[in-house]
Amino acid sequence: MNTPAPKEPERRDPGLQPERTRLAWRRTTLSCTVAAVLAAKAVLHDRDSAAGIVAFACCCVLWLAFLGLAHRRIRALAGGGPAGPAALAPRHGTVAALCTVALAVCAAALIF
Amino acid sequence: MIELVRNVRLWFAPQQIRHEGSTPDYRFSLANERTFLAWLRTALALIGGGFAVDQFLPDLRWAWRAGLALALLGAGVLCALRAVNHWIRCERAMRRGEDLPVSRFPAVLSIVVAVVAVAMVVVVLVGWAG
Repeated sequence: MNTPAPKEPERRDPGLQPERTRLAWRRTTLSCTVAAVLAAKAVLHDRDSAAGIVAFACCCVLWLAFLGLAHRRIRALAGGGPAGPAALAPRHGTVAALCTVALAVCAAALIF
Repeated sequence: MIELVRNVRLWFAPQQIRHEGSTPDYRFSLANERTFLAWLRTALALIGGGFAVDQFLPDLRWAWRAGLALALLGAGVLCALRAVNHWIRCERAMRRGEDLPVSRFPAVLSIVVAVVAVAMVVVVLVGWAG
């Protein structure tokens, strides 16, 4: 039994690398959501502090920023040519990491 | 230290890294990106842990609770910054065809997490006894 020859001219990526990377971005966004939900719980816990509400608003903005970053990257991954999608730009990665750092700073502000 | 400053400059300068070496197979770049995202998730989990310590251990004395939460949040910050730094270093090494950089950060992080876990166990046991 011989295997049929591939008909499609475009190169198939056997490792499904762009898909795996897309899912990795999704998982990371989900982790970010969990952190934001925990921030919401912290605010509901003591709801009388104005500083806490400001910190929670910052958390929400950071979550939206991370969502936007992930969305942009996922669109870029989907639109790769035959040579594969472009590598992640250092600035893009740095902004994602800085979002995480800022989330930690907001968390520290919420706790104190 | 000079090396670190040079790396930090690279974080924000996407065009600069393209001047070095040749573009590697995109699959290697994507694998590097996934490793970076995995470290970022670790950082987010540590930050979530910081929130959780503050939220779910209300009977703890304030100093203990704040200390543990701050330790977890600090570990999260370090983890995120190190993730982007390591990713840039790997990307550059791949472009130049060098060996990938080695790091003792995973070992340090595991030890810190283990110490925090032991501290939590002690705190909970003391809380039950007292």
